[in-house]
Formats: sequence, C-alpha cells, structure tokens
Amino acid sequence: MSPVEMNLEARFEAYVADEKKIEPKDWMPDAYRKTLIRQISQHAHSEIVGMLPEGNWITRAPSLKRKSILLAKVQDEAGHGLYLYSACETLGVSRDELLDDLHSGKAKYSSIFNYPTLNWADMGAIGWLVDGAAIMNQVPLCKCSYGPYARAMVRVCKEESFHQRQGFQIMLTMAQGTADQRAMAQDALNRWWWPSLMMFGPSDAESPHSAQSMKWNIKRFSNDELRQKFVDMTVPQAELLGLTIPDPDLRWNEERGHHDFGPIDWTEFQEVVQGNGPCNKERLAARRSAHERGAWVREAAAAYAEKQAQRKTSSTEPHAA
Amino acid sequence: MTAEQHFQVALRLGDDAMILGQRLAEWCGHGPVLEEDIAMSNIALDLLGQARGYYSRAGALEGLGRDEDQLAFFRTDQEYRNHLLVERPNGHFGDTMVRQFLFDAFSLERTQFLANQTVDEDMAAVAAKAVKEVRYHFSHSSQWMLRLGDGTEESHRKVQQSLDDLWPYAGEFFVADDIDEAASLAGLLPDLSHVAHAWHARVSEVLIQATLQKPTTTWSQRGGKHGIHSEHLGFLLAEMQVLPRTYPDAAW
Repeated sequence: MSPVEMNLEARFEAYVADEKKIEPKDWMPDAYRKTLIRQISQHAHSEIVGMLPEGNWITRAPSLKRKSILLAKVQDEAGHGLYLYSACETLGVSRDELLDDLHSGKAKYSSIFNYPTLNWADMGAIGWLVDGAAIMNQVPLCKCSYGPYARAMVRVCKEESFHQRQGFQIMLTMAQGTADQRAMAQDALNRWWWPSLMMFGPSDAESPHSAQSMKWNIKRFSNDELRQKFVDMTVPQAELLGLTIPDPDLRWNEERGHHDFGPIDWTEFQEVVQGNGPCNKERLAARRSAHERGAWVREAAAAYAEKQAQRKTSSTEPHAA
Repeated sequence: MTAEQHFQVALRLGDDAMILGQRLAEWCGHGPVLEEDIAMSNIALDLLGQARGYYSRAGALEGLGRDEDQLAFFRTDQEYRNHLLVERPNGHFGDTMVRQFLFDAFSLERTQFLANQTVDEDMAAVAAKAVKEVRYHFSHSSQWMLRLGDGTEESHRKVQQSLDDLWPYAGEFFVADDIDEAASLAGLLPDLSHVAHAWHARVSEVLIQATLQKPTTTWSQRGGKHGIHSEHLGFLLAEMQVLPRTYPDAAW
C-alpha cells in the first residue's frame, strides 16, 4: 500500500468511526466495497428468492382480503429487491452481473427460503418469525455507514414491520380458530422456529465477516445478541397465541434477564447453506427459469428502445407529445 | 332490467376481474424482469379490488347474505360468468400481455360507461375507482404490444401468434344476450355494438403501431357468460377454492 493509500484508508476509517456516511463517489477501500456488494446483493437475492415460498400460496389464499394482503406483501418484496439492486449498482456492479452470480450459485441468499411452505399458517409464521428476525437484523442497517444502503433500509424496514404485524395477525386468527387451524398454526411454528433462529447466522466466534463489518459500521450488533433479542421478544408473543415453541430447553433465566434456549443444529444450517435444504434446487431452478424464459422479452424491450432512440434522432419533425 | 339481471351484471363484472386477477397472480415471482413482476402484481391487485367491489354489490343485490368470499369460493365453474378470454392460461409473457391488452381495451369502454351511469350508484363508485386503474392497465399492455410487436423478429413472431390464438376469444365481449340488452336499455351498461366499435378502433391503432396484423377471423368462441367454460377454469377454481371448501367452518 502506498503512503497515499494509507493516508486515504486512515481518513476513511476515521470518517466512518465518526458515524459519517460514505457515498458512492467517495473513496473507499476495495475490501469495504466488496463486503458491501456481497452483503447488499445477498440481501437483494433473498428478497426475490423470498417471493417464491409465499408466492406458493397466493393462488390458494383462503379469502379475497388475505389474497390481496399476501399479493401486496410479495410485491413489496420485489420492490425491496429493486431498491437493493439499485443500491448495489452504486458500487459499480450491474444487476445483470449480480443475477448471473445468483443463477450460477456463486452468490448466496438467505437459507430460510430453502424451506417449503406447507400450510396456510406458514404465511403467518413467515411474517411473524422470518420477517420478525429480518427486522432485528435490518433495523441497525438503517444506520450503516454506506449511505445508499442505509437509505434503502429505512424504507424496507417500514414495510417489513407491516409484514410482521400481518403475519402475527394470521397466526392469531388461526390460533383462535378451529381445531384444524390451531393444528396448522402449531405445525407452522414447529417448522419455522429453528430456521428463524439460524437466520442470525453462526455464533460470533464462528462468523467469518463479523469483526471487520463491525469496525466499518456495517454491522452494529453481534449475531448472538440479535438472536437473544429475537427470542426474548418472541416468547411472550407465542404465549399470547397459546402456541408452544418447539424447544424443551427454553426457559426464563432470572439471573441473565434473558431466555435460555436449546442448542441450534448448525449441521443442518451448513447443509442448507451448501445446497442440501429441502427446496434449494427448486428455488434456484425457478429463478433461472423465469430469467431464461424472459430473455426474449428483455431483448425485445431493448430492441424497441433502441429503435425509438434512432427514430427520435433521425426525425426532423418535432416530437408529438 | 329485473333484479336477477341486475345481480348477474354485477356478478359478470366481478368474475372477469376475479379470474384475470387470479391468472396474473400466478406470475408473481416468475416475471421476465423484476419491474414486470411488480407491474403484474399491481394489476392483479387492482383487479382483485375491483372483483371485491363488484361482488359486494352483487351480494347486496341478491339479498341472500352472500359476501365476496362466498361468491368467490363457493360457486362452481358453471356458476362463474366470466368471459372465456380471461380464463386462458398464462402461456408465455406475450400470451399474457395480448390477453391483457384485448381485455383492457374492452374493460376501459365498459368501466368508463359504468362510472358515469346513475342507475346504480354503488357500482358507479366501484367503476369510478376502477377506471383510473384500467387506464393504466391499458397503457401498460399497449406498451408491451409495441415493444414485443416492434422489438425483435422473435418477439414479433411470438406475439403475432399470441394475437392469432387469443383473438377468437375476444369476440364474446360483443355478443349481447338478454341480460346485456336489458342492462343497456336500463342505462346501466353500454350498448355492446358501440363498445365493439370503440374497441376495434382502440385495438387497431395500437396494432398498427406495433406492426402486428389484426386477425381476420370473425368466428368467436363463446359460452363463458352462461357458465359454459373451457377445461381450464375448473383447475383454476380447484386451486383457488381449496382451503375454504376443505374447511368451510373456518374464518381466516
């Protein structure tokens, strides 16, 4: 590293430490740029892959009101994907390149979306637990050091908190409903609980990127801190629903002022990350297929835009409104 | 117009919006580009909102206490009154956009009239909101006719095929029966021969710009308005209705 770069890097570190925002045209270390591209694109991919498990129930939503809410929610996720890809593009990478990395399997997305949605209460559990865990992870990002990401997250978090409330509302309706509905709600909680806890990522000691991201003000709290906060918030909500969290070791620890909970099966987590979850192949195949089947449409739109641009420049007539 | 005919008018309007909205919702997460996923979901949401408005009105007119969900989830395919076009499977994106374009051009005429009539003010209120949406839908589907028709050779060929395939289903819009005639006489719905005229003009203008050939066939498939549907509607409804029919006592 040259003295000039060292100087830049030191100034950058001081700037970030001072809680100032980095903007696209500012100088930034390569590693910072790469970390952000990795994280924001993973986040964007998670939004669009995340449309699939819930999309699975749109056509079967049990009332017109629920169908509208679910469709609007999944549409919000597409919107989040869009802001996040745009935020990522400010770092000098194109959406096409990012999508290629998703389709080739090079880029990751949140493993939670590799689990199947098997009954209607899953729409409740995803909103309540998965979006709830996502909010825990994402609220601190609204203050992250990279300006475009922080600003995108402000909007994302507002919508996510609405999603979480609607999810809880589905759970409440199901939990207070018929015996069949209660059974569906419990079944959904049983299947989504542990994967939701895994969403916070490996324990701090095992988390490869945590320390550097903390230093750069991209990350504010450790994985374990956020997971604990999520458990503490969710336990009373499950009690309110009258549902049982599937963890025999779960209990309030007076001394710590937190809930203790059982060990997480990190082998399962690693297997799902490696591609062996119940739906990894289907999710990726669905994304690839949508992209491939849409190629001729994107080409047509580009060709038409090109023709229009040529017509505009070659025309001597004033353009009619 | 009898009370039964008035009810049927509301039901037909609701069913067109319901079935097309359900079809578009099938695209969610599978669109050719993220922006179109958002647009198609948006249009589906508008249609779903329109269906709910028309169904609520239909339920009130019928007076048997059926609400929007009972009308949507507890009728068989033979009790559905939508036009055949809207139940056509999504096919590829060009098929979906042609279906949408042909329907939007029709719906725009019908909805504008409905918004301005004074026979049924509740339906006028639903239509007044819908007309703004349908204008956007028509503009969106027209744009895609241009892009696909005047895009690449492949897209031109594909979308011309979609147009040829779907055209025979559009004719049903204009085949008036006693319900259409009574509603038109009462001033609730427009005269379908006027709608046909406006529709042809609207559609032709876009097709010319899109360098697409207007199909010459004059034969039209029909039956939807009387409950004689294609083989596709039964599957659509089986999927859509499965939960309320499996758990009829549940509230969701």
